[in-house]
Amino acid sequence: MAVAMPPFETFYDTHKDEVLAFLQRRAGRERADDLFQDTFLRALRAYDRLEHGEHLRAWVLTIAGRLVIDGARRERPHGELVADPATEDGRPAYEELAPLTDGLPPKERAAVVLRYGYDLGYDEIGAALGSTEQAARQAASAGVRRLRKEQR
Amino acid sequence: MTPVPVTLDERFRAAAAGSGLLDVAFDVFEDTPVGPLLVGVTDHGVCRITFDPDPELELERLARLYGPRVLRSFRPAERLHRELDEYFAGRRRAFDLELDLRVAPEYHRRVLAELTRVEYGHTTTYGALAARTGNPRAARAVGTVMNRNPVPIVLPCHRVVGANGSLTGYGGGLDRKELLLRLEGAIL
Repeated sequence: MAVAMPPFETFYDTHKDEVLAFLQRRAGRERADDLFQDTFLRALRAYDRLEHGEHLRAWVLTIAGRLVIDGARRERPHGELVADPATEDGRPAYEELAPLTDGLPPKERAAVVLRYGYDLGYDEIGAALGSTEQAARQAASAGVRRLRKEQR
Repeated sequence: MTPVPVTLDERFRAAAAGSGLLDVAFDVFEDTPVGPLLVGVTDHGVCRITFDPDPELELERLARLYGPRVLRSFRPAERLHRELDEYFAGRRRAFDLELDLRVAPEYHRRVLAELTRVEYGHTTTYGALAARTGNPRAARAVGTVMNRNPVPIVLPCHRVVGANGSLTGYGGGLDRKELLLRLEGAIL
């Protein structure tokens, strides 16, 4: 049986600290505050259209991740390479993936980041993206193929 | 993990309330003479006042009745808060608030509308209220409506007593009913 949608207060209270920490790592402390509010306002806007209360963590982190990427893209001239995508040890995998996947179509990018950056299962990714496990698997592998092609 | 700073949290809650996206904004008034009150406010008005709230249960109930976008935010309930403070201080005899009774059945709304005519400091009986809403024998049904009053205090079900003058019952407990009637000078 599907998990019922919790009241927004419960959802917000459960995930707010993690979302802020995530945004601070990805976008820096200065931008994190604005993105925090944008993330939860976006979640609020879509909240009553969700069909069940599963995978809400993946869902809200996906919203936050997209806002970080959209913001970074606006600040950087299109197509310019990130100076040094190589990472020091201990940085979370999604930080390494974000700049690399910047050129992918949104759905493929989200699927690749959630799969290889967050280590989510395809069922969770499908739910987070509002599609199916099968579609998530296809999007992730299409994204990986495209990245390989671009590396050459 | 560092908790979200209060200023950031409050800023989001205010923005959420201002966005018009909330199904219900709620707040908890911790210090009132009748104990903590959880209050709910929609775009249409005050929809809920709960004595002695169990927040988890109460939020789930609000979500079920009005939609899942239920969030704590003090601003929408500010006016209710002020009017209740004035009432408890003896400085207010009538409330000037919009109410949201959409989810109440039609009969309940009719009885509650009639209830608003019972003035501060006065009482009426279940039977009299039943008579004024069309069926003198419906005292018991009126009792049920009073018991399920979604906005007690503001809709003064505490002013409805038994035919013999006994307080009879109150959704928030008889102690609170007695306190409210004493505050209003309806009993000594």
